Amino acid sequence: MRRLLGFITKEFIHIFRDLRTLIVLFGIPVTQILLFGYVITMEINDSSIAILDLSKDEVSLNLSDRLCSSGFFRQKENLNGYDDIERVLRSGKVKAVVVFGEGFGCDLITRGKASMSIIADGTEPNYATLVCNYITAIVNDFSREQNEVETGTVFLLQPEVRMFFNPELKDQFMFVPGVMAYVLIIICALMTSITITREKEFGTMEALLVSPLRAGHIIVGKVVPYMVLSFVTLVVILWVSWLVFELPIRGSLGLLIGISMLYILLGLSLGIFISTISKNMQQAIFISLMSLLLPTIILSGFIFPVENMPKAYDVASYLVPSKYYLIAIKNIMIKGLGIGYVWKETLAMCFMSAIFILLSIKNFKERLQ
Amino acid sequence: MREVVIRVENLVKRFGNFVANDHLNFEVYEGEIFGFLGANGAGKTTALRILSGLSSPTSGNVMVAGFDAKRQGEKIKRNIGYMCQRFSLYNDLTVRENITLYGGIYGMSSGLIKQRIDELLRQLEFEEYADRLIGGLPLGLKQKLAFSVAIFHEPKIVFLDEPTGGVDPIARRQFWEEIYAAAARGITVFVTTHYMDEAEYCDRVCIMDQGRIVAIGTPTALKQKYGASSIEDLFVGIARPNAQKE
Amino acid sequence: MRTVLYLIRKEFKQIFRDVFLGKAIIAIPIVQLLIFVPAVTLEIKRVNLCIIDRDMTSYSRGLLEGIQASGVFRIKQLTLAEDEAYSLLNSNKSDMVIHIPLGFGKDIGRGNPVKIMVSVNAINAMSAQLSWVYLNGIISGMNMDIALENIGSLLPTNLKQVDVTHRIWYNEMLNYKHFMLPGILTILITVIGMILGGINLVKEKEIGTIEQINVTPIKKHQFIIAKMLPFLAISLMDLAFGLVLGRIFFKMPFVGSIGLLFLSATLFLIAILGLTLLISIYSHSQQQFLFVAFFFLIIFILMGGIFTPTDSMPLWAKRINLFNPMVYQMRITRMVMLKGSGLIDIGKDLLALLTIGITLSVLAVRGYRKAV
Repeated sequence: MRRLLGFITKEFIHIFRDLRTLIVLFGIPVTQILLFGYVITMEINDSSIAILDLSKDEVSLNLSDRLCSSGFFRQKENLNGYDDIERVLRSGKVKAVVVFGEGFGCDLITRGKASMSIIADGTEPNYATLVCNYITAIVNDFSREQNEVETGTVFLLQPEVRMFFNPELKDQFMFVPGVMAYVLIIICALMTSITITREKEFGTMEALLVSPLRAGHIIVGKVVPYMVLSFVTLVVILWVSWLVFELPIRGSLGLLIGISMLYILLGLSLGIFISTISKNMQQAIFISLMSLLLPTIILSGFIFPVENMPKAYDVASYLVPSKYYLIAIKNIMIKGLGIGYVWKETLAMCFMSAIFILLSIKNFKERLQ
Repeated sequence: MREVVIRVENLVKRFGNFVANDHLNFEVYEGEIFGFLGANGAGKTTALRILSGLSSPTSGNVMVAGFDAKRQGEKIKRNIGYMCQRFSLYNDLTVRENITLYGGIYGMSSGLIKQRIDELLRQLEFEEYADRLIGGLPLGLKQKLAFSVAIFHEPKIVFLDEPTGGVDPIARRQFWEEIYAAAARGITVFVTTHYMDEAEYCDRVCIMDQGRIVAIGTPTALKQKYGASSIEDLFVGIARPNAQKE
Repeated sequence: MRTVLYLIRKEFKQIFRDVFLGKAIIAIPIVQLLIFVPAVTLEIKRVNLCIIDRDMTSYSRGLLEGIQASGVFRIKQLTLAEDEAYSLLNSNKSDMVIHIPLGFGKDIGRGNPVKIMVSVNAINAMSAQLSWVYLNGIISGMNMDIALENIGSLLPTNLKQVDVTHRIWYNEMLNYKHFMLPGILTILITVIGMILGGINLVKEKEIGTIEQINVTPIKKHQFIIAKMLPFLAISLMDLAFGLVLGRIFFKMPFVGSIGLLFLSATLFLIAILGLTLLISIYSHSQQQFLFVAFFFLIIFILMGGIFTPTDSMPLWAKRINLFNPMVYQMRITRMVMLKGSGLIDIGKDLLALLTIGITLSVLAVRGYRKAV
């Protein structure tokens, strides 16, 4: 035990001596949460559109006005003919063009039916879908109101919506936990995989291996300091996201911290595992980044709902550690649920950490023989 | 009198409050083997790095190969070779590739590089290693090779920073034969070392202690002056009297 | 220039001599591209419903059939217990709960308005809103039908209806693969360039070989060029690989000029490598380099418009993005590949990339110290 303490102290000294690494350890997560909490958003606001109004009557002007005053859209250009559509869409100036055909208002008044069209830029499919749907919804609202006001029609089905867990529809409820999961695991895995391969590359690991420390001790010694530091980072991140983004912690704070520490441990043990399979730092960095950077963004549910993906990906996503953490912290923080709803995720993370640690010890021992 | 190729006047180098080189004055003549002696931390490497244009002096005049080390570092680099205490050839390149690289950097034509490599390998009896990775060679061979690379472009002066660290006496002896051969071709050799026996091989030595020069001259003259039987005795006697007392 | 060639040759030899790296720089991008491009979709394919039908009349059943007919909504649970419905919402087993009150059918029959309670799991604000918009659209249509039925015989023309037709250009089928491929490919070439280029320089510092280079008369700009070109070439090669694979596996269209895309990719990579070298020049260890590089890398990726739109970002973020080479490269790539945009359309973006690239490279050259 005394030996172990000495070893842990050495690790702490290494970390604190390297000021830049320390800044990174605390600075990166906090900056990134702050930055991405604001910028990662799927909503549409002030999206640039162009309007081609061939009718220019009261109704079409009224509708155009409604579109642009909705806050979702901003009219960037007024087009004069169909030829302009290609120009504005191709240059990327606007994301969609709304077209009112000739006699739009006239048709609506005399025949009760008029048609308009939206031409959207499909290079960003999600954006195009949102734009089309929002415009349609605004137009539908418009015609419903027209009917109610002018003809006194009462529509019988009156749906009322309640947005559960996130009544203000803040994108941050989705993305701040995502950024947390993302940044934590990458930093933890990179940090450990690099420090250990560094010792290997510079030969200091040999010294540790011939010392009476056991493989398990070496691993614990590497993990403990980073656990402590990551704990501080975690508390700061949670505090910042509560303070700045009003991300609630509706469930138990203790449970949240417990699960987060488990996740950090998982990240660290992944890092150790990577270090045991790489020959030098460059390899360790390559493996860590390539196994985390894209898979975590895409398969963890950070940005993209995994349920909508092809079946094989849904299955593959169970291999991504962040998936479990994300489900768990959203349940605890936003839904306010207890251990009853997160025990599966907890178990999965325990299991994964155990596997990584066991494999690492096995690899270490093989090196010794 | 032979031509002076290195002239150092009142060289001072400070790192914050620490004075690494404290008013050094000396000259090195063309074609001689000049040894810089001192314990670790005496300021040898600092001075050598200034002379080779890797670092600039805090104050003082330093002329190397006719250029001012303060302002014309890059011109100095054209005229010198350098081999550092940490082994600095690329481990993942072959012997031939390493030499070609440095020949290329110094602007030698590829024909000349090829021809000189063949000559060099024959002379060192290295032919069998030509296409082997440096990383796999024994340290003694690596050092001989690093020295050959440092003088491959026929510089006026070559700087060697503890070139024989960590090898056995036989390899060291062989290494010094290479140094003699280079000096015989007219290359000035500036070498730092803490091996006292190596100091005996130098034409002149300069003994440093705590950033200052404490003695300078030919090994024989110095031994006579201080009545020591070897440079080692001399060194222990004059360079570290304080260390002795402690 | 000959000096630079010698150095470049050395870099290539070192990279391909490393068994792991030599394979990784080709295999990893290919594998990741093939795996991740088809994965990404934001399309809402199904919304799982839980229905609390207290009414159980033909009217309520009609409503539910109408909702299901759209294909987006799928009824997964029917229950009468509200508790159960909300616990399904908690456990993510259903995304939306629709509550049809008792007497729904009777009221509709009599022509009285009825409230339908819809509860949506809104943690993912965008999908919540989108599914609500879908549902609302369906219900509006039904309202119109009911209204037409009730009064249709009397005054059918009184009701006004605006039809909205959607047309999508450039990616008519809203194929997410064609959206993601340029994005993922750009990420991959960035990561490869950054890691290889940056680590390479710092490693030379750590091992000490850089000192041997520093005592040679090599010019600073020659050194930086030699450290930049090999990685530029490797990244461009990966780009070419990726485009071919996209063509074969995902039928990725390429409307515009390939030359233009490679021109922009070259400028982009100069910017990225300029930054990489700048960071590595000031780093003392691979660790330090990596964390600073990682910081920028993540910002580039998450703010670059690869996954989420840059248009909706706050103004200050858009200003930061003026300095983000990824934004320009993403826009250019998608425009050239999908829309066939030409030099006129992307000229400004190219100029921006060029400016960033030159600035960073000059800073790298000036920052590189041959003497300490």
